[in-house]
Amino acid sequence: MSYNVAGKSFYPDLEPSEPSSPAKPAREVNWVKIVLISVTLLYLSLVMFIPALNVFVEAFKAGVGPFLKNLTEPAFIHAIKLTVLIALIVVPVNTVFGLCAAWVIARNHFRGRTLLISILDVPFAVSPVVAGLMIVLLYGRNGWFGPLLESANIKIIFAMPAMVLASAFITLPFVAREVIPVLEEAGSEQEEAAKTLGANDWQIFWRVTLPNIRWGLLYGVILTNARVMGEFGAVSVVSGNIARKTQTLPLFVEEAYKQYQTQAAYSAAVLLALLAVVTLILKEVLEQKTRIKNVD
Amino acid sequence: MSQVANLSWPWRITLGYLTIMLLLPVSALILKASTENPADFWRIATSPVALATYDVTFVTSLIAALINGVFGTLIAWVLVRYDFPFKRVIDAAIDLPFALPTSVAGLTLASVYSNNGWIGSLLAPFGIKVAFTRLGVGVAMIFISLPFVVRTLQPVLQDMEKEIEEAAWSLGASRWETFWRVVLPPLLPAILTGISLGFSRAVGEYGSVVIVASNVPFKDLIASVLIIQRLEQYDYSGATVIGTVLLLISLGILLAINLLQAWGRRYEL
Repeated sequence: MSYNVAGKSFYPDLEPSEPSSPAKPAREVNWVKIVLISVTLLYLSLVMFIPALNVFVEAFKAGVGPFLKNLTEPAFIHAIKLTVLIALIVVPVNTVFGLCAAWVIARNHFRGRTLLISILDVPFAVSPVVAGLMIVLLYGRNGWFGPLLESANIKIIFAMPAMVLASAFITLPFVAREVIPVLEEAGSEQEEAAKTLGANDWQIFWRVTLPNIRWGLLYGVILTNARVMGEFGAVSVVSGNIARKTQTLPLFVEEAYKQYQTQAAYSAAVLLALLAVVTLILKEVLEQKTRIKNVD
Repeated sequence: MSQVANLSWPWRITLGYLTIMLLLPVSALILKASTENPADFWRIATSPVALATYDVTFVTSLIAALINGVFGTLIAWVLVRYDFPFKRVIDAAIDLPFALPTSVAGLTLASVYSNNGWIGSLLAPFGIKVAFTRLGVGVAMIFISLPFVVRTLQPVLQDMEKEIEEAAWSLGASRWETFWRVVLPPLLPAILTGISLGFSRAVGEYGSVVIVASNVPFKDLIASVLIIQRLEQYDYSGATVIGTVLLLISLGILLAINLLQAWGRRYEL
């Protein structure tokens, strides 16, 4: 019996009664197992699988033709371009920041370290709408920098800069959060060895640290990208949501839905759902990689 | 000052970026709120509409988080302890609510749970309306906070030794007693952490709720949507006050989660 494994016999005097006792639970276990698995699958189906399946069914309800036609709408194409453009700005910037923050937190012990970790988590806790509101209060017409920006003729709110700022705020912690544990696990011995051998900081980062943290880093980058491309709340507050100007793909989905263009909404939704599926697959692959590495 | 000059580049980038991106916006909100007369602040924060949105936001989030506490524990248990077909795929799919944009979640939940949707049409004969009611808000919140309990609990369950349970059975404890007295207590910190993470996410949720709800005050209007409505009316004071209330409560929940996690780590040792 497994409670005797590795010589750990908890209650040796009970052992003689073993043969009679496991027989009954063994049948009971099967029964309990079937009920528990069924309830789990039913729950997941109701709140997750059926809605997810519905996205694809609704998008292709009228056939592939109308779906492809929706994909060629100018407003839709503009939304895709803007979404990708924002991601191309936010993801690299937050990656550089995330790497720096992770290094500061994982490699240094200083007073206020726990506080810094908590501060880093703030974007997770704050409602995206509140994040958007904060950016309006800073850069909006009545905001702190409003008069200054207006005199310099720079438009931030209801334009792309605010959408970039909102997306960057929301995804600020992702890379650091993924890299900190990997950096801590890798330890600093190799880096110190490289240093004594005369490598400079950049060489140490590029040749020693980066190879150690690459999968965790990649995972953080993918999560950041998925969230930036999918962000709705924060972006919708600051964008003004003008079709063909400040409309990202998630905003397009809502707008089309509100205008009763359900087909167009679902065509865009399918693209975003595919982005989610690709993210999950990559995540699974990266988790396998790190698990295999840990075994080595 | 000389200390700042001595800081290495990663330090400078981290502190500079955090200041511009995080501390500046948060202080803008709090300072704007503090210019409000305290009496006015209180009046706006506790106006009947605001109180009704807190009720919908916090009570519904709490119920959603608790439901996910129960089912999340069950899901984690089933995924760790049992083998069944497609288990790996289902395990990977648990994170879908994290990856799926919230507007897509809202769109599809509104359609599935509407009166002629796949699930809504089954509930309609019983007089249960989900989409465009507070029940729909709850379903959206359940959806987006689903992974938290599962993902916090899985590693803890994986590490838990089966021997203790089996010892309890062999000593004559019933299955229920074993679960209640032996299995559950060490899992409790992780379950509570997962519930608070889910609660925190549900309180801040906007995208899926705004689409699945009818956003009518005193019915199913959440605090985030009220902020947007105030902004659209150029009522910056109203938006700021309710935004500050929401921010402070979110920070409170964040603090509680950190304490819970510290408690959980102590439990491990």
